[in-house]
Amino acid sequence: MSGLSPGFADPVADAQSCFRAVLDAMSRPGRLRRIAGLTPAAPLGHAAAALLMTLVDQETPLWLDPEAAGARAWIEFHCGAPLVEDAGAAMFAFALARPGLPMPDLTSLCAGTHESPETAATLILQLPALGSGRRWRLSGPGLRTPEVLQADGLPADFAVRWQHNHGQFPCGVDLILCAGDTLTALPRSVMIEEA
Amino acid sequence: MAYVAVKGGERAIDNAHTWLAEERRGDPAVPELTLAQIEQQLGRAVDRAMGEGSLYDRELAALAVKQAQGDLIEAAFLLRAYRTTLPRFAHSSPVDTAAMTIERRISAVFKDLPGGQLLGPTYDYTHRLLDFALADPAQPVATAQAAATPEAMPRVADILRHEGLMEADGSPDGEPGDLTREPLAFPAGRDIRLQALARGDEGFLLGLGYSTQRGYGGSHPFAGEIRMGSVAVEIEPAELGFAIDIGDLVLTECQMVNQFKGTKTVPPQFTRGYGLVFGFSERKALAMALVDRAMRAEELGEDVTAPAQDIEFVLYHSDNIEATGFVEHLKLPHYVDFQSELQNVRRMQAEAARLRETAEAAE
Amino acid sequence: MTPHSLPDHPHPARRRWMAVLARADAAAIETRLQACRDLPPYIRLRGPESGLVMVRGRAGGAGGPFNLGEMTVTRCTVRTDQGLVGHAYVPGRDARQAELAAMVDALMQDPARADTLEAAVIAPLEAAQQARQATRTAKAAATKVQFFAMQTMRT
Repeated sequence: MSGLSPGFADPVADAQSCFRAVLDAMSRPGRLRRIAGLTPAAPLGHAAAALLMTLVDQETPLWLDPEAAGARAWIEFHCGAPLVEDAGAAMFAFALARPGLPMPDLTSLCAGTHESPETAATLILQLPALGSGRRWRLSGPGLRTPEVLQADGLPADFAVRWQHNHGQFPCGVDLILCAGDTLTALPRSVMIEEA
Repeated sequence: MAYVAVKGGERAIDNAHTWLAEERRGDPAVPELTLAQIEQQLGRAVDRAMGEGSLYDRELAALAVKQAQGDLIEAAFLLRAYRTTLPRFAHSSPVDTAAMTIERRISAVFKDLPGGQLLGPTYDYTHRLLDFALADPAQPVATAQAAATPEAMPRVADILRHEGLMEADGSPDGEPGDLTREPLAFPAGRDIRLQALARGDEGFLLGLGYSTQRGYGGSHPFAGEIRMGSVAVEIEPAELGFAIDIGDLVLTECQMVNQFKGTKTVPPQFTRGYGLVFGFSERKALAMALVDRAMRAEELGEDVTAPAQDIEFVLYHSDNIEATGFVEHLKLPHYVDFQSELQNVRRMQAEAARLRETAEAAE
Repeated sequence: MTPHSLPDHPHPARRRWMAVLARADAAAIETRLQACRDLPPYIRLRGPESGLVMVRGRAGGAGGPFNLGEMTVTRCTVRTDQGLVGHAYVPGRDARQAELAAMVDALMQDPARADTLEAAVIAPLEAAQQARQATRTAKAAATKVQFFAMQTMRT
């Protein structure tokens, strides 16, 4: 506890601007957004920490990747979210992805129900880099023309896995990718192919 | 239902609100009310706004009462709206009313109960004569004090329960439902019913409670105990890992005792209706306990015949914020609906006139 | 007010001073703190921020839990330059009270300061709170009904 760093410098304004960035990212899938800083606990990047501070609280059960255990105390203190062992019970999940580390199975997360698709989980996935690496072509709502997203650290069969998730629409998991101070979003409505 | 978006009222609305502010302030020659005055001198209004606003904060409730010009449903509405802007940090451990620091405690069933009967600052036994002395600023009142005996004040219901005459308490475990998070759904458990009653409209519950006494779903209630005083609130923050005491709330609790004839499996005994309300709100606590007991009719194998026993009826209509929203929405423009009604009535009138003429011509 | 220091509680001393600070307004804490010199610098780790606590009750007083309604609460966490972390949860919306309470909570964990703070801040605040409570209890006691049974009246 004595090693904890503070959260947002200006809790209201910083959370609002981060929320705005997520809103923009969700409505323009694949477009990169920058988040201004706070000092998170490793291995959380700036964007991942800001996202958790903004979206997660006492009332949103969170599944935390064991790889991110170093940030557990920071997240518990600042977000106050109940941490759950069962990924299926989480409203948010945070995971790290990098080569050699498997991405969490999207089907292990809550996809919502046809009656309440809004209860689906959101996966926040921290990657080594956004804006470089493998190319993915995105199309669908929010994109007048297909857009190319470059992301490093997604699994080779990501498009296939995503197709399964996307195919459940209006159910399905939403994905927010982040790396360092950059984030982008892949809502369940977007279609993804290798580019 | 259809509404028509109407533009052009902005200036009228602005001017209406300015006038409202001026009217609220009243004659500038009269000193303005402070929140402390409202909190201190209109305490029952503050209590009611907190209870029905479902938010314990005396200062905010005083502000709401001031802003609403004393309209307590409007004040509760303001508090309900305000609370949505705040994050929820925690829920408390259930408050222990047996450990209440008592300021009033009476029982209508036992004269000599352990700890005695304390009248507290009550309106009972006043003659309801207007006190014209209050019209002028008065000297401070010196209240009598007496040495308090450090005697325990067990809840009357617990005394009866130890004798086996009172129904058992329900399971003390479980995670209660929360109306502020999940919409009302049926069947509604007692946890949800008690939450709805605690924030329900005092007038509505008073009327319903009265109806049970007058024979609409009548049971024979006794006010087993009413207690008012302060209880400590405890939460257990994860970062501390142990429970801490975060201050006191004033609550009023009512235990209503009802005779129960028993069934094949349950012996004859007393059953309870329970009331627990923010602040010093005795009438509300009594009414809540009556209606809580009435809504247990089905659970206890009694006939459900009266409005107070009908859980859906009570819960759907006890919230005065919902009620005022739907009743007052009738003020909104319904121009299109009414145009169609108007055409219908004109057509029907014309039709009726034609039929009459045809009939007269035939004679 | 329930007893602050339940004997079986794992942290009776800290629990007691946190309960006292929760019931003291900012001005009272500040006034008492003036007697303590050389207060160390600290940083705010979280807050002060206002929020809600859902207060629960039990059906019949001892039965199943239910949500009674919310109360406003302000919390704050600070860390002193020595690395002591202080927490506060106080009723209402006074950010200053929460911050002062968190700071005093941190300093009370420092054995070199605890006695001074106890004497200057905690004990006097607690005494004032107990006196206020005792007055109300005495007023309530004066309204206790002394029943006279009819047979006593006849003799």
